[in-house]
Amino acid sequence: MTISMEKTVKTPAVAARQPGFLQKGYERLGLAGSAAALVLLFVSLSAAFAPLLAPYDPDFPDLLAALSGPTAEHPLGTDALGRDILSRLMWGARVTLAGPGLVILLSTVVGTVLALVAAWCGGRVDTVISWVLDILFAVPGIVFALISVAIWGPSLFTVVAGLAVAYIPYVARVVRGAGLRERNLPYVSAAWLQGQSGAGITFTQILPNVQGIVIAQAISSLGFAVIDLAAVSFLGLGVQPPTADLGLMVKSGFDSVLRGHPAEAIAAGVLIILIVWCVTVIGDRLTTAARSMR
Amino acid sequence: MSEALLALDNVRAVLHTRHQSQALLNGVSFSIAKGEALGLVGESGSGKSLTTRAITRMLDPAFEVSGSITFDGAPVLSMTPSELRSYRSMDIGMIFQDPRAHVNPVHTVGDFLTEELVRNRGLTRDEVEHRAVALLDEVGVRYPERRLTQYPHELSGGMLQRVMIASVLLAEPRLILADEPTTALDVTAQSDVMAILDEQRRARGLSLLFITHDLELAAACCDRLAVMYAGEIVEQGAHVYESPGHPYTIELLGARPSIDERLDRLPVLRYNRDIHEQLKAEA
Repeated sequence: MTISMEKTVKTPAVAARQPGFLQKGYERLGLAGSAAALVLLFVSLSAAFAPLLAPYDPDFPDLLAALSGPTAEHPLGTDALGRDILSRLMWGARVTLAGPGLVILLSTVVGTVLALVAAWCGGRVDTVISWVLDILFAVPGIVFALISVAIWGPSLFTVVAGLAVAYIPYVARVVRGAGLRERNLPYVSAAWLQGQSGAGITFTQILPNVQGIVIAQAISSLGFAVIDLAAVSFLGLGVQPPTADLGLMVKSGFDSVLRGHPAEAIAAGVLIILIVWCVTVIGDRLTTAARSMR
Repeated sequence: MSEALLALDNVRAVLHTRHQSQALLNGVSFSIAKGEALGLVGESGSGKSLTTRAITRMLDPAFEVSGSITFDGAPVLSMTPSELRSYRSMDIGMIFQDPRAHVNPVHTVGDFLTEELVRNRGLTRDEVEHRAVALLDEVGVRYPERRLTQYPHELSGGMLQRVMIASVLLAEPRLILADEPTTALDVTAQSDVMAILDEQRRARGLSLLFITHDLELAAACCDRLAVMYAGEIVEQGAHVYESPGHPYTIELLGARPSIDERLDRLPVLRYNRDIHEQLKAEA
């Protein structure tokens, strides 16, 4: 998401002297990454402005037009209750992007702090934090989501909370490794000699040096989070109907597939794949860029 | 000499590994008076840098340090963490061999110079920046205002070492530890940087512990020399360079190639650990 935002910025007038935002972004992402960023930007904007752009109310059932198939009025057709699929995709993408976004935001903040504390303190603190991370790592994310649902009941936020815990080690393990490497560099002992505190060095000296890795890892994990959240919705434990959600649409479209109307399931499935593909390509390129900058 | 600012007395640093213990600093004693410059010379691995690490308490915890280090009467080895922090930030300033490795690449020069003082000494950023600009100018950095917004990679090695010197002077320490500050620079930058360091130090009456391989340079800008070998100071005094007394120093000084003679082979030091141990046993 951060990267796609950069795309909206017009190249500043100084672009001739210094590489502008757009140019820098293109250099880091390459052709495929830039294309993915554009597609993701398009999807995010359509989702963000769904209330203005969507041709129909996503929850309005037009039973007479149920399962209409693509027509002039409904470009992607309607579902079993006669709701416009295009409108539901636009509204559904909001949940499908915002939910995993929240998962990654929470897990990245917690994971980065844990990782840097572990890397800085070392010794027992590091051992305990690494143990906890390894245990979290050993349990599939879906299981955490299910535990969370079992305790607090099915809703988007319980699933997000469960997945956020599950995603902590993905960021934390990578950042801990990078942090361990940074903390042994001379500039850290120089800062220590200047009389800076451990916390000060960790968050003002080391964090800026590992931020590329943090962002790359977060975006790479975002793709997995999209799939996990969609899977939980598909199981009927996440977002509850009638709220539009892509995972839920695959599930509700599933029944229509058997009756010869695959439009809803295909449209929602393709959009999920598209989002995951874009996010994965961008994450991949950013990871490569972050590594080559070391 | 007036009273000692820094005094090391019989400092030993013993590294314990699973199989053996080895003393890497073996009874180092010297003192530096206020305003005095001491040159610490010796070959690689003789313990020069370890000595500075012992003085700043930056040795790896695997070392067992004994003896006494006092700074202005305060015992460094028994300082509490908070005393240690203020000792490191207020009393000593350290200049390193490789300035590029010792500045954080993601912060601007201005951040690097001002951050610590703003955070720990309650000065305003404007105040510190003002002083930083004046100091950068004094140490021969051109366009000091512009430098503050630049990143370390935009400056040359010599320029960056001047920035390091400025950052040390900015903190107004009483003792500067310079660990081969010119080794990574080319010869012209070396003499410039050394001249600046020497001039600023004298003007402010700071003490200096200058570590180097370069005997002539050390003799030129230090009041006294101390020669290290295998974790020990074999000889120290004001006239080591002119009239060396210890066999190792004599050989070391004799091994310097002269610009006036043509030599097919450079002299090789015959002094080694065996001779060293033998000499110690005889003494």
